[in-house]
Amino acid sequence: MAALLEVKNLGISFGGLRAVDDFQVSINKGQLYGLIGPNGAGKTTVFNLLTGVYKPSEGVITLDSHNITGLKTVEINKAGIARTFQNIRLFKELSVIDNVKAGLHNHFKYSTLEGILRMPSYFKTEKAMNERAMELLKVFELDMEADYLAANLPYGKQRKLEIARALATEPKLLLLDEPAAGMNPNETKELMDTIRFVRDNFDMTILLIEHDMKLVSGICEELTVLNFGRILAQGPTGKVLNDPQVITAYLGE
Amino acid sequence: MKKLKINKNLKDNLITYGIIIIAYVIMQIMIKTGHVSSLMQGLLVPLCVYIILAVSLNLTVGILGELSLGHAGFMCVGAFTGAFFSKCMQDIITIDILRFVIAILIGAISAGIIGLLIGMPVLRLKGDYLAIVTLAFGEIIKNIINVLYIGKDSRGLHFSMKDSLSLGLDAEGTVIINGAQGITGTPKNSTFTIGVILIIITLFIVLNLIHSRDGRAIMSIRDNLIAAESIGINITKYKLMAFSISASLAGIAGVLYSHNLSSLMATPKNFGYNMSIMILVFVVLGGIGNIRGSIISAVILTLLPEVLRGLSNYRMLIYSIVLIVMMLFNWSPKLINLREKYSLKRLFKKPKEVQ
Repeated sequence: MAALLEVKNLGISFGGLRAVDDFQVSINKGQLYGLIGPNGAGKTTVFNLLTGVYKPSEGVITLDSHNITGLKTVEINKAGIARTFQNIRLFKELSVIDNVKAGLHNHFKYSTLEGILRMPSYFKTEKAMNERAMELLKVFELDMEADYLAANLPYGKQRKLEIARALATEPKLLLLDEPAAGMNPNETKELMDTIRFVRDNFDMTILLIEHDMKLVSGICEELTVLNFGRILAQGPTGKVLNDPQVITAYLGE
Repeated sequence: MKKLKINKNLKDNLITYGIIIIAYVIMQIMIKTGHVSSLMQGLLVPLCVYIILAVSLNLTVGILGELSLGHAGFMCVGAFTGAFFSKCMQDIITIDILRFVIAILIGAISAGIIGLLIGMPVLRLKGDYLAIVTLAFGEIIKNIINVLYIGKDSRGLHFSMKDSLSLGLDAEGTVIINGAQGITGTPKNSTFTIGVILIIITLFIVLNLIHSRDGRAIMSIRDNLIAAESIGINITKYKLMAFSISASLAGIAGVLYSHNLSSLMATPKNFGYNMSIMILVFVVLGGIGNIRGSIISAVILTLLPEVLRGLSNYRMLIYSIVLIVMMLFNWSPKLINLREKYSLKRLFKKPKEVQ
């Protein structure tokens, strides 16, 4: 079976700086894949390349045997990649449920005119959207806060809401950029359960960037370690984390 | 819980419509009983114009989150196309209301199209840069209309950018748009009632748009452009949609404005920079993104100079003090706390609920 995400020879330069060089990865459907490395190694740049924020200087990205290299962010999302951000990017002035409903944008449609004139399809679609959004919020235990402004949620819940919003776009591949950043050990543990739950129940493939080694070793099946934009090691989690090169470059003796 | 939220929006909207209708009824009763001076009666249509402008600009500034300083330009487009149509069709369509409705539609559509055309290049910019460019486009529209000559005779319409003579009209031809002299003799079809109906239509469009799928997309772009893109929202499409709907509503206001005047000229006073800023002042003071606030501040700030006319020289001084007080009242954190503490809602609530 072909891999869900197949990246070959991906690279990008910013001026003279080679941010990512010869990056390749192959992620199978249903896999939980980790991307780790020291600060400035190019992890988030890889995410930005995968989601079309940056155009790769070279390389090919294939999702589900479609070539998505160089497409725009919006098209890549429609093709099936959704992401969260390292520095949370919620729609702060919208309610929690509206954040998720914004994520449902491309899956529940009615025309502008139907919306303004409040035709029956408006009520029907909005009702279906509400139901779907509440389902997603329940998964992340956010259903009680559905009417809160997103900005008023506590930090941990904001992270969860971002994942819920990304899932609302019905992606094939979910990219999580440091989902555990700023969380205490209890919250991190809870997050690990949530990530596993999402993988199992939504039939999701997940690629995540993380610094929390407990989380990485706890849930990731395979890892890629980046250092100075290049792949340092790649393979099953246990093997990679014991690689002496990885230990010197990132984990420390 | 889900039901509750929809009802809350609906309730909020109904209050806004209610305020307008009640104010209209009170005003009508006062006019009938002769409590309103003729000066005040003359202000009613401009008041409607300003409210529509404030609400429509709030769509760009508050909902889309982009600062536009060219709103008077779109109003200008609506005013001139609407007036042009009415003047041309004065003898052909004799039913006033029908002609006026078509004029409104034409004004709205042409302002919307101009909004779309200007929006396409301009909305690539952000913040101050966008404000400056929209300001420039507003002035450009005004100045183009100032040198535009259109005449009508038996052979059809004639255009010129030079002077009325170069139109080469027949003996019985008439000049409709006469450059800087503008359009004279537009039928005076605007009434307070039509103005209020147009306000309600504007509110209906704006409020329903905000609480729909498209409105959510527009607001998500305002709150976080990168995130909106990442969940598959077409940024360009929704920016243009908000901008052109806002422009076409300003066009409606323009038609209403032009059909209230016997001679319509594009001067810096009515379609220039000052006008755009004044509309922005309504929006900012009423609360950015707060539609009802825009209406209230438009009413207060339009009526204030007239009410204070008796104070002659101190008029503008008091006007500016009121501006500052309103600004503080709306935005100062201390006053917001105070307002919440002594709000009517809280006073009317049962003591148990307060705690």
